[in-house]
Amino acid sequence: MATKYMDAELVGKRMSSRVRKNAGWKGLFFASTLFGLIVLAVLLVRIFTQGIEYINIDFLKNHLSTDASRAGIMGAILGTAWLMVVVIPVTMVIGVGTAIYLELYAKKGKLQSFIATNISNLAGVPSIVYGLLGLTLFVRALEFGNVILAGGLTLALLVLPIVIVAAQEALRAVPGSLSEASYGMGATKWQTVRRIILPAALPGILTGAILALSRAIGETAPLTVLGIPALLIPFPEGIFDTFTALPMQIYYWTIDASLVAEYANLAAATIIVLLVLLFLLNSIAILIRNKFQQRY
Amino acid sequence: MSTVMTKAINLKLVRNENERSEPEVEKEVVYDTKGLNLWYGETHALKNINMDIKEKEVTAIIGPSGCGKSTYLKTLNRMVELVPIVKTSGQITYKGKNILDKSFRVEDLRTQVGMVFQKANPFPKSIYENIAYGPKIHGIKNKKILDEIVEKSLRGAFIWDELKDRLNDNAYGLSGGQQQRLCIARCLAVEPNVILMDEPTSALDPKSTLRIEELVQELKKDYAIVIVTHNMQQAARISDKTAFFLNGEIIEYDKTDHIFNNPTDERTGDYISGRFG
Repeated sequence: MATKYMDAELVGKRMSSRVRKNAGWKGLFFASTLFGLIVLAVLLVRIFTQGIEYINIDFLKNHLSTDASRAGIMGAILGTAWLMVVVIPVTMVIGVGTAIYLELYAKKGKLQSFIATNISNLAGVPSIVYGLLGLTLFVRALEFGNVILAGGLTLALLVLPIVIVAAQEALRAVPGSLSEASYGMGATKWQTVRRIILPAALPGILTGAILALSRAIGETAPLTVLGIPALLIPFPEGIFDTFTALPMQIYYWTIDASLVAEYANLAAATIIVLLVLLFLLNSIAILIRNKFQQRY
Repeated sequence: MSTVMTKAINLKLVRNENERSEPEVEKEVVYDTKGLNLWYGETHALKNINMDIKEKEVTAIIGPSGCGKSTYLKTLNRMVELVPIVKTSGQITYKGKNILDKSFRVEDLRTQVGMVFQKANPFPKSIYENIAYGPKIHGIKNKKILDEIVEKSLRGAFIWDELKDRLNDNAYGLSGGQQQRLCIARCLAVEPNVILMDEPTSALDPKSTLRIEELVQELKKDYAIVIVTHNMQQAARISDKTAFFLNGEIIEYDKTDHIFNNPTDERTGDYISGRFG
């Protein structure tokens, strides 16, 4: 009979300790997940209990006011909306254009990989640094002042790397066999890009763009650097008007809560509005992804 | 469908017998390759290739994996240039003009030379849009003309009867064999002179393979067909001429009968009888 290396008795003895260890690790991983969930739940409960009763039609449509009972956030909502009017076209055109160039036109080489690496690095630059860039370039050098255009362009720069990387990934995921089929019939590169590659990559591009947009909506640091106020100013009517935005409103009310305690509740109510907005945007992204997801 | 196909093939057999009794007409040379060399970076993938390809014939290219047969096929429509490190020397004349000359526009070449790929690659669009894609990129917008092209191309690929009631369905819903015939129809829609086929049946079951082979027999009446195949029986069944490639060289290029029954080179015989490859 051949030598047996597996000692049945020894294996049996170790078995229960191995199984215990397995259960222990599982518990640890579950606890990690639970920690995040609990923190999120506490945050949501706290914000909602504090702010929900302040949300009503008047709060949504009123002008800002120092009187907490009359204050509304229409100005901030309009400001955020106008920011998106600037951010969306700028990021889509420049972001998708850059991704198309890098993925489909640029010669694969050192320069191309250098640019691609640095775009990924830019995605990690702290947002306040983009605020300084926006302040120097748009507010001062180009003399826009702290208007919607300056804020929108700053936020667009901030999320541009995210859009570029997401669009590059979406373009890369389109199988080469599709473009080969198109080239094989005498299509030019542009025809192939426009009629085959872009439509196939569009769901991925849109998902990335919407997620980047929700990042831009929530950004506060760059706007504080630009000197965006939360004062009694008229509603913005165009991209050259001064404005405030939802996160700025939250920021100022939180700071001033030491003066007027009720401001803290208004901040909580504004956070709910912002969260609902972000939740809606993310849902749209998920819907697009599920609806247009295709197998090749 | 199958009755139509059988009829067509019967007709073809009759016609072939008629042709056989007539004296052989000299066929026009479509492609003439002279001293073609091709490198992938440092790798010498094609070495001094000389061969001519004639109209209304099926030319099969056989050889073991990595012998350069697919590379040669992709050089014929310059698809090989999608690999950026490719360098070539020598010349391939297509209807008297050197296609390797940079002044020869690839779009022109690929409009006249269609290609069918190893794995069926329909676009994620409807059956109709798949066929209409080629004519559309060449500027045909008239809906009526497009309708006619779609029907003619699908008929040409003997798949019209199967698909005529579901032209608006997504092409991904078709079976593998149908997808490949759809890709052939899509290629016909541009009305090329030559059809290049890169192992078109290697991913298909025997029944679908047979369909494609029958289709190739039909198509060669109007087109020059160059087919790369791993399947030697397939080459023997459907081709008029066969080229045997080995390590980037043409070992032998002759009438298919001759290659399979009486090869001149020992290596050809060894490969065909299955001794290697």
